[in-house]
Amino acid sequence: MNLFDWSFAWHILPDLLRASLNTLTITLLGFAIAVAAGLLLAIGRRSRHLWLSWPVAGLIEFIRSTPLLIQVYFLFYVFPNYGLNLTAMQAGILGIALHYACYTAEVYRAGLDAVPRGQWEAVTALNMAPLTAYRDIILPQALRPILPALGNYLVAMLKDTPVLSAITVVEIMQQAKNIGSESFRYLEPITMVGLFFLILSLGLAWFVRRLEGRLELAPR
Amino acid sequence: MPQPIVRFTDVTKRYGNLTVLNNLNLDVEAGEKVAIIGPSGSGKSTLLRALMTLEDIDEGIITVDDEPLTHMPARDGRLVRANARHQRKVRGKIGMVFQSFNLFPHMSALQNVMEAPVQVLGLDRKEARERACELLDMVGLGEKHDHYPSQLSGGQQQRVAIARALAMRPKVMLFDEVTSALDPELCGEVLSVIRRLGAEHSLTMLMVTHQMGFAREFADRICFFHQGRIHEQGTPAELFGNPREDRTRCFLSAVNEAQ
Ligand SMILES: Nc1ncnc2c1ncn2[C@@H]1O[C@H](COP(=O)(O)OP(=O)(O)OP(=O)(O)O)[C@@H](O)[C@H]1O
Ligand SMILES: [Mg+2]
Repeated sequence: MNLFDWSFAWHILPDLLRASLNTLTITLLGFAIAVAAGLLLAIGRRSRHLWLSWPVAGLIEFIRSTPLLIQVYFLFYVFPNYGLNLTAMQAGILGIALHYACYTAEVYRAGLDAVPRGQWEAVTALNMAPLTAYRDIILPQALRPILPALGNYLVAMLKDTPVLSAITVVEIMQQAKNIGSESFRYLEPITMVGLFFLILSLGLAWFVRRLEGRLELAPR
Repeated sequence: MPQPIVRFTDVTKRYGNLTVLNNLNLDVEAGEKVAIIGPSGSGKSTLLRALMTLEDIDEGIITVDDEPLTHMPARDGRLVRANARHQRKVRGKIGMVFQSFNLFPHMSALQNVMEAPVQVLGLDRKEARERACELLDMVGLGEKHDHYPSQLSGGQQQRVAIARALAMRPKVMLFDEVTSALDPELCGEVLSVIRRLGAEHSLTMLMVTHQMGFAREFADRICFFHQGRIHEQGTPAELFGNPREDRTRCFLSAVNEAQ
């Protein structure tokens, strides 16, 4: 019978915490890139210019229809053959960010589509430039209803970070596996990693809900 | 002979097989108040929307203040379709008020009116605020600066929308059935603002309306629309008192019966 060994857990905690910094970096940096790139992709896909909207739509569908694992493999193992050399962390962050950018792009698109046509007409009648219109009028209205969906992708992205261990990124899950294979004890490291993800997911979900409250558009 | 401020020359607009504006010609003098009446689907809104560049036209040309709006001179002097930048330059002279208000729901009344002067005209915030306050006072909403659209009645929202359009100091104002979405008791407050605008400003006004009484009292000229053309036009006295065309008579008596 293999009971939870508290002193072993205590002993491996520093290693896990150090690796968890990589997990956090990947998630936060990756998500920041994903929400920015996703917005650009969404706007590109909505463009009236077919030379822009078609390739963007194609890219989004392509990335959404292939596994994240294959995409990061390409970035890390194949692209160096063509001169693009990235560290494992860089390839990992870029890969996961691009992958999720395509999902958030579809969320943005739904939000943008939900802004009434009349708002665009008002913006045109007031002669506002497209950039100002998006920034001040359209996005604030599009963003509020899609925050929960964006928040879900933040949590999903956090939970996808272990995929990057396939390209030698030592995030928290990989670290736990390393500990397990050295000590032949998996119970403690894997339990601790599970708890880590649980606490962080709940924390992020709470944070997103608070943000929603803060971004309440107007008094009702 | 004063040049018209707005000129439609042989303008045609189609949706698929449906011709909505059919070789339409219309000149509007500066300061003139023109009311546009006619049956549903005759192209009245499309006319205003084409002038606001909300719709592209298929044929013909629209000029504003002697400048082509739908076209621009190419390098060799020929007129080609206007690009977005050219349209932005010319349509600054035009403002529009919509049937459904279209206020920005996440901004207070004051912010709604200040936004475009700051972002488009480049006014500093203090100046824009003064201009906005003046206009909100003018439309009788001096007390409601900080109210959001959701906290205002329909009539109040529409008056904010009028102030918002006026803040851009347009030369031509377009009104598309601006009281149609309002309860009857709220129409009066909006119409009286428009009436005051007509008296106080040398503003050119084009309005689509179903309120014949208001059109008759307010407008210098009435245009009766039918099937994408101006079927008959004249002074209110001529058109309401003594219409020449059967269609006009028919439309007017149908409207009278309904009211
Ligand atoms: N985007 C569109 N696509 C296809 N047909 C359209 C579109 N917009 C308008 N139409 C058609 O064009 C015609 C003219 O429309 P318009 O809105 O100008 O009429 P209107 O005179 O303003 O009518 P109403 O008094 O009902 O507002 C209508 O038959 C309408 O169905
Ligand atoms: Mg209409």
